Amino acid sequence: MSDLNILVKNVQIANPLKPADTSFTDIRIADGKISEIGSGLKPKDQETSHDMNGCFVSPGWLDMHVHLREPGLEHKETIKTGCDAAAAGGFTGVACMPNTTPATHTRDVVEYIIKKAEKLAVDVYPIGCVSKDRKGKSLAEMDDMKQGGAVAFSDDGDPVYDARMMRTALEYSKMLGVPVINHEEDLSLSRPGHMNEGRVSTRLGLAGTPGIAEEVMIARDILLAELTGGHVHVAHISTRKGVELVREGKKKGIKVTTEVCPHHFDLTDEEIDRSRFDTNFKMHPPLRTQDDVKAMIEGLADGTIDAICTDHAPHSREEKLVEFIYAPNGIIGLETAWSISVMRLINPGHMKLVDVLERLIVAPRKILNLPVPKIAVGETANLTFFNTDEKWVCDEKKIRSKSKNTPYLGKELKGRAVGIYNKGVLVRN
Amino acid sequence: MSEYSFSQRHLIGLADYSANDILHVIENAGYFREVLDRPVPKLPTLRDKTIVNLFYENSTRTRLSFELAQKRMGADVVNFSSSSSSVGKGESLKDTIRNIDSMKIDMVVVRHESPGVPDFLTRCVDAVIINAGDGAHEHPTQALLDMFSMKQKLGKLSGLKVVIIGDILHSRVVRSNIIGLKKVGAEVIVCGPGTMMPLYIEDLGVTVSHNLEECLEWCDVAMSLRIQLERQEGTLFPSLREYHNRFGIRMEHLEKYPDFVVMHPGPVNRGVELSDEVADSDRAIILDQVTNGLAVRMAVLYLLSGRASGQPL
Repeated sequence: MSDLNILVKNVQIANPLKPADTSFTDIRIADGKISEIGSGLKPKDQETSHDMNGCFVSPGWLDMHVHLREPGLEHKETIKTGCDAAAAGGFTGVACMPNTTPATHTRDVVEYIIKKAEKLAVDVYPIGCVSKDRKGKSLAEMDDMKQGGAVAFSDDGDPVYDARMMRTALEYSKMLGVPVINHEEDLSLSRPGHMNEGRVSTRLGLAGTPGIAEEVMIARDILLAELTGGHVHVAHISTRKGVELVREGKKKGIKVTTEVCPHHFDLTDEEIDRSRFDTNFKMHPPLRTQDDVKAMIEGLADGTIDAICTDHAPHSREEKLVEFIYAPNGIIGLETAWSISVMRLINPGHMKLVDVLERLIVAPRKILNLPVPKIAVGETANLTFFNTDEKWVCDEKKIRSKSKNTPYLGKELKGRAVGIYNKGVLVRN
Repeated sequence: MSEYSFSQRHLIGLADYSANDILHVIENAGYFREVLDRPVPKLPTLRDKTIVNLFYENSTRTRLSFELAQKRMGADVVNFSSSSSSVGKGESLKDTIRNIDSMKIDMVVVRHESPGVPDFLTRCVDAVIINAGDGAHEHPTQALLDMFSMKQKLGKLSGLKVVIIGDILHSRVVRSNIIGLKKVGAEVIVCGPGTMMPLYIEDLGVTVSHNLEECLEWCDVAMSLRIQLERQEGTLFPSLREYHNRFGIRMEHLEKYPDFVVMHPGPVNRGVELSDEVADSDRAIILDQVTNGLAVRMAVLYLLSGRASGQPL
């Protein structure tokens, strides 16, 4: 790769590990490692110089909740197109969910994913299934999968519904030092819901998924984590009471962590009415209320919510262009996550830039026991370049993901990832 | 009203219609109601129009009513029926409607179990879309015929007191009626078991009651909704017997409160929502609703056909 030796000119450091350092500088990368940091650096022979025009640089971001769809569902996304989307969105790493076909429930599938991602600029960390075929009946081979490279376990897309199975999973994964990520949904309360149960669902006559379907499962899992000492990670949290439960659990010292998606701190269920049933507003958990949006932002700001993730869920055009109740849940998110974070968290003054970066860089890696990249001489270069002021329009033709199912189509956004450097490769938008 | 002109292109739901639009449809329905009493109840109004009735859910009377309304006005009519259970096996709704549209269709009447399908169709084709019921969202022609029937029977809509009884949660009839009745100045109470009340229904401007007697004492119109026998007994209420005892209208109610009119969108489960005698009593205007349904659908087809300008007929 020709990018192994490059000079990055004119960047401003933004680093949650060293918040005081906001210097404008240049970074020299030699053989994929940071070899020199300082201003006024001159390119050496065989070294290309890249002027970044004063944008920010931070350690590379990690999205701990994406669906890459491969193996089996390549018409929605592939590991390659998903990683292209991740790079375009500023992510140097993604953890991918196991609801593939076949499910990522054995070591060979884990290794297949890792092998497919080897030559890509983005690090791919597979999450293995909790149960065989994600059926919730018997445990998958967690230890074997971990040795193959799995970083966590989840039956995401579906909950680990049976309480005994969840207890067993936490006990077993504790031994491995790996979290269980649960899609929190009590199906007996949520079915056959197609949107948040509330004022809008009543108006539209759509069956509702109540917040409490999520909250009773979060409460159960926190109690099970307390009992077992295992680590439960609450996937894509979306309700105020859910955040309160996690806050209380953390206060008691229980090993519970959580994550939130940008759409849950940006959009509400009113969008389904306003858009007249646009299925790009259909996902699980569903868009909730303005009060829930506020609680997501508060939870992120006070650290109750550890990580920002996207739940990047590609679906093809024909799959989404159907009757609302038949449309699959989920939207893509990798390429818009940063803009929404800028517009909803930083610009209104709810959070400082470095605190938002902490949720994208440090927190997800701590949860998954991954090393946090550093900006220091001698370190492997794993960097994200971005700005907070560029205005751009989310154009269907420019989306890198194979699927285009996003509610932000045609919307003007602010703040953008400029590129990433990882594995000796520079990817610029 | 002198400045008013009807400018709707589709009928998706009464949420999109103003009070004037609603009253205009009802006024036009009055003319068509007279036509229906003529020896030859036919008009050539839509003889160059082609209409498809796209029914993805079982329906007897609504489909019949639309089809008859279309034929009375001389339209060419084709029917497409498909059960929702076949979805996923065949072609997508988008492809179906675009294929049908390619055969030069002017209007589409659609019923589907998914809320939002009529909206979806307006994004797929240029034809006029008329909603004949989308899930538990709206059933606008039913509400229009209900309001037409109330006006015909009681002479007014503004200030009218209406109680709607039964399964408020799953009913498209109730949503369209609440929206329409509120717009024309009526008062609405919804009455039924707590298990059949959606959250925040009060937001639509109605009061919730669980006491049938109080409602019947208060109201001018009592509209009972059909209970879905198979699906709901045991899950949303313990038994039909208990439901009837608490929410069924019986002869003793008619005797005790002599003024209210009984309505029902049909089909009636006799002995559940209404006792057998109540359903057949002269206080019930259920069969008038059916005839008026034909007139209202003729009015809607006429107004949306692009034919309407100047005098209604």
